[in-house]
Amino acid sequence: MATVTTPARATGGASETPDTPGWARWANEHRKWLFAAPAMIFVAALIVFPLAWTGYLSLTDAEGSVRAESEFVGFRNYLDVLSDTERFWPAVGRTATFTVVALLFEVVLGMAVALLLWRPFKGQKWVRVAILMPLVATPVAVGMMWRLIFDPNIGLANQVLGWVGIGPQPWLAGQHSALPTTIFIDVWQWTPMVVLILLAGLTSLSEEPQEAARIDGASTWQRFRHVTLPLLMPTVIVAILLRGIDALKTFDILYATKGRGGGSFHEVETLNVYAYGLSFDYNEYGVSSTVLIIFFLIIIGSMWALTARRKEAHR
Amino acid sequence: MGLSACGGGGDDSAASKTVRVTLANHVWTEDIKQALPEFEKQTGLKVEITQLGEDQLSDQYNVKLNAGSSDIDVMMYRPLQEGKLFAKNKYLADLSEQVKSNKDWDFADFQAGPVEATSYQGKPVGVPIITEQEVLYYRKDLLAKAGLSAPPKTLDELKAAAAKIQAAQPGVAGFVARTGKSPAVTQFSSFLYSFGGDFVDDSGKATVSSDAAKQAYAYYGGLIKEHGPANVSTDMSWPEAMAIFTQGKAAFYTEADSLYKNATDPAKSKVADTVGFAPFPAGPAGSKPYNVPSWALGVNDSSENKGNAWKFIEWATGKQQTLAQQKSGVPSARTSVWANPEGTATYPKDLVEAIAASTKDGVGHDRPLVVKVAEAREIVGQPIVDAIAGKDAAAAADAANTAFQKFLDDEAK
Repeated sequence: MATVTTPARATGGASETPDTPGWARWANEHRKWLFAAPAMIFVAALIVFPLAWTGYLSLTDAEGSVRAESEFVGFRNYLDVLSDTERFWPAVGRTATFTVVALLFEVVLGMAVALLLWRPFKGQKWVRVAILMPLVATPVAVGMMWRLIFDPNIGLANQVLGWVGIGPQPWLAGQHSALPTTIFIDVWQWTPMVVLILLAGLTSLSEEPQEAARIDGASTWQRFRHVTLPLLMPTVIVAILLRGIDALKTFDILYATKGRGGGSFHEVETLNVYAYGLSFDYNEYGVSSTVLIIFFLIIIGSMWALTARRKEAHR
Repeated sequence: MGLSACGGGGDDSAASKTVRVTLANHVWTEDIKQALPEFEKQTGLKVEITQLGEDQLSDQYNVKLNAGSSDIDVMMYRPLQEGKLFAKNKYLADLSEQVKSNKDWDFADFQAGPVEATSYQGKPVGVPIITEQEVLYYRKDLLAKAGLSAPPKTLDELKAAAAKIQAAQPGVAGFVARTGKSPAVTQFSSFLYSFGGDFVDDSGKATVSSDAAKQAYAYYGGLIKEHGPANVSTDMSWPEAMAIFTQGKAAFYTEADSLYKNATDPAKSKVADTVGFAPFPAGPAGSKPYNVPSWALGVNDSSENKGNAWKFIEWATGKQQTLAQQKSGVPSARTSVWANPEGTATYPKDLVEAIAASTKDGVGHDRPLVVKVAEAREIVGQPIVDAIAGKDAAAAADAANTAFQKFLDDEAK
């Protein structure tokens, strides 16, 4: 402020003069840290601290209340969790199944729809809006809606099947059909997101390679397989990356359709649902943190593998 | 820190004029919201209500109370589900002084069973507001059509009647009840007691593999499997089971009486005109339904507004409010209200009789009385869903007993 009121200094500009106060000089020298500090503090408070705290909890036997005394137990929770074949490993299996199957359908369907929407046609705008609809709905509302549709006794799905002479199916109520049904819901809701990403990628492709291939007499399939797809590969991997991480972490749809513990037989209990149950139903904060840390490592691992693949595709 | 709490309901002039109350979705809550202006006028206090579903309420408490948050003053909680856990974690303030402070409010008027359930180590930590007994809901019209003149008095008769009605009425299930592993436990408990079993014996040993328990599991699961709705889900809590009953898709339904308005209110139920109520049918050990306090009000121990929090509880659980609540269909824990003819005048007559029978021979718990109730319910509930799914109930009960004993041993450590 002093600089404004003292005319002699006003002409000095931003450069330092021998009169510049010490703190200002210090601030100038460290400005890259100074400007980044608020964001860094924010990240530390909201990401690093909770993560470190979870990591710490995972090494204790905290239960009941996190304010209650807990003992440091080293890696005992990790040994317990990793040797648990009743809840933990089946949950890992379900998480993998859910993610891989949902992702596969979403990418294949997403690609098909994106290709259909790529070239302009009449009414394209409306078709696009309609296809993107599921994306904007809240997952919990979507879960509730499908739960009603799939109700084995009063739901619409079985009524429709009845019209074509197929007997009622248990859908979400069946021990073996629950997971596939939730995968279907996930595909229904999230394919549009893949469409959106792939469409953006398609639109940015240049026309020349296509034209060249056409002149060389390549068929539609050949053009897709050998021209469009390789060029689009980096975008496809982005779509898989974004959607894959999301699918791994799915909670809302599973919880809204099957409730706590992923159903009475844990039919749809993924790692996320399991960890939630451990902390909110059982108040086992130590074990729950252990599962979350392992889950976190799995996500980091798969993300790393995919990014490595993406770099390859870029080459 | 603790000093401010020592006043015991004395001068709270420094405390906030706003009482923050967290309540569950319930008829009781709707009634209290209607009556609130009266309290605010009387005391000059302002009441801020947060209202949540049962599960969300539990999660909210887990997060906020764990963090020692002071932004909840009064909390509605489930004494049998969370009471022990909350009291052990010191979330609930000791109300020993407060309950004695007002003779007219009269703590001795509350039924002994519910008061015991809201006490921890002999000290009251909550005031019971709603009690529950299990009764048999049934469809008068379907019984008449099947040629049955009276509702079943025993579990054997119930099974026979369910089979008969199901055979006569295609598309209508003979029986429906909760099927979710955890939600079913409380309604299954009356079956367990009526077969002569319990979750734990007097010495604290797990008893869910006793002969009586095995019979009860096989009966409950079998009844739903054979005479329940087709393709029955094993995730149903009361909203789902009640929906099947009120859509006219089932003849019999065993459920808590406190939910009866859902079945008799024409706005919610297609069968409002034809619903009947009967005492819980007798098993080999007689008719032994549970009789429990399902909800209570407590004060958050971290609240900085305990004096005003108690003022709210004192008003909400006073004789006048309790009578008004019971008139609107919420069974209370006050003896004087049940003794008052006005207190039962609005109830269906057969329901009053069924409740009277339940309070006479009722068992004071409807789930294992442990700290980690949620986990215990899943363990003892497993044989229920196994039986519904057609698996061997006896083998499931043996497995559950081993797991439950281990759970009890862990908790005793």
